[in-house]
Amino acid sequence: MTIIEAERRHQYQDLPRLMGLMTGDEKHGPAATSTLDALWVLYDRVLRVGPERMDDPERDRFLLSKGHGPMAYYAVLAAKGFVPVDWLPDFGAYDSPLGHHPDRVLVPGAEIGSGSLGHGLPIAVGTALGLRAQGLGEPRVWVLIGDAELDEGSNHEAIAYAGPAGLDRLHTVVIDNSSASHARPGGIAARFEAAGWSALTVDGRDHEALYAAFTAPHPGRPHVVVARVEPKSA
Amino acid sequence: MDTMRDRFAPVMTRLLDEDPRVAVVLAEIGKDGFTEARRRHPDRVINVGIREQLLVGAGAGLALTGLRPVVHTFASFLVERPFEQVKLDLGHQDVGAVLVSAAASFDWPAGGFTHMAPGDVALLDTLDGWTVHVPGHPDEAEQLLRQAVAAGDDKVYLRLSVQSNARGLPVDGARLRTVREGHAGVVVAVGPMLGAVLAATEGLDVTVLYAATVRPFDGQTLRRATEAAGTDVVLVEPYLAGTSTTVAGDALADVPHRVLGLGVRRRELRRYGSVDEHLTAHGLDAGSLRERIGGFLSASDRPRP
Repeated sequence: MTIIEAERRHQYQDLPRLMGLMTGDEKHGPAATSTLDALWVLYDRVLRVGPERMDDPERDRFLLSKGHGPMAYYAVLAAKGFVPVDWLPDFGAYDSPLGHHPDRVLVPGAEIGSGSLGHGLPIAVGTALGLRAQGLGEPRVWVLIGDAELDEGSNHEAIAYAGPAGLDRLHTVVIDNSSASHARPGGIAARFEAAGWSALTVDGRDHEALYAAFTAPHPGRPHVVVARVEPKSA
Repeated sequence: MDTMRDRFAPVMTRLLDEDPRVAVVLAEIGKDGFTEARRRHPDRVINVGIREQLLVGAGAGLALTGLRPVVHTFASFLVERPFEQVKLDLGHQDVGAVLVSAAASFDWPAGGFTHMAPGDVALLDTLDGWTVHVPGHPDEAEQLLRQAVAAGDDKVYLRLSVQSNARGLPVDGARLRTVREGHAGVVVAVGPMLGAVLAATEGLDVTVLYAATVRPFDGQTLRRATEAAGTDVVLVEPYLAGTSTTVAGDALADVPHRVLGLGVRRRELRRYGSVDEHLTAHGLDAGSLRERIGGFLSASDRPRP
């Protein structure tokens, strides 16, 4: 199957089946699918990426920092033709490129390897700086983190730096499934706003709301979208 | 004489002018030397503030876009504090950087143990693929810095210190250099320990090898030296004692040999004072070294069972 056929054949409604190839189950708990809608809207309508342009310096960069539970990510990458669908059933096997945490060296389309929490946002800051230093003004950098992952101090180093540095090519999606043990006083968006970021909070299952938040202008400032989904414990 | 660290900003400033691929990442420490460079290259001289996890993570992000990041702060904050970033953001992502440290094992003894990092090279030894340079003179530091920046996407650690030998030697960034030849043992002096080692071995019939680059370790040259001088080997390192005994042992794995690792002792000293006082306390002054090297080599003359 060619990539074009893959794009035509696989739509949003195919994702549960693709995830089922990895888990043997087409019913997925909220934790497994918490990222699914945000990932789909990004890859389907926002990111200027594709399997054929992974070496293109002008491509957008998407960094999956929340590397735990990557089935939704692999399903979207398969739906968009970055990885073959027939890789999915071997998820986690010795010979499979698809681990329980993604590895950029093994997974076509993965910009970083992740799993240990709190690495993606600092790397994304450096990626935005590196693109700017080379005069690459078009590519946008996106990083996806979880609300509990936000607890890691490394993220706060990155948030506190990126606002004053005016990294307006930098975008963060926080998937908020209320999994942090200690709630953030004032909410997640307030933490970013205090550091000079543009921030929007939306229903993380509402594709139009996600799209509007992802594409909202934010001149001179980095942008965060907090995507609220069902609590992990629900 | 200027220090290795005094060379860092001026040399980097020239490299920033010459090579658009080079970027410098700082976390406040050392920023004063880059005032002019930052004016000329505002997007390639980056100070992230006192944020060492971001320092290394941002360096990795720069490398992912194709730049050559040079990341600098004190060794404690460059290797030890953000060690997982060094391991994952560089190693696991399969990208490179030049990490340039200052303060070494005890460059500022009055600052106490918070600013000492005698374990930095041992810690990097838990990772794969790092080149480790330990220059013994500012001229060598400059040469090795230029070489490290030009080394493609390699992962390179350059350890700068105020400890220095009186004169620099030509360094190639790879091989051990034979400084003296003898027949009763081999002493390997690493970086700034060479001066003390030469003084300590004056009049002894030993081969002295000099290492300004310790990883990868040039086991071949060590091996060749033992053919004439025997397989009693003493390593004298300016960081944690025994850091290189494994690599020396690997080079001699198939022949009977003895290895003595001298360096900074593991036990925290809890003293301030001067660099010289700390060298003496760790047994790394010329007098102590002569006693310890001489004792080890003469012990091998005892009949073996």
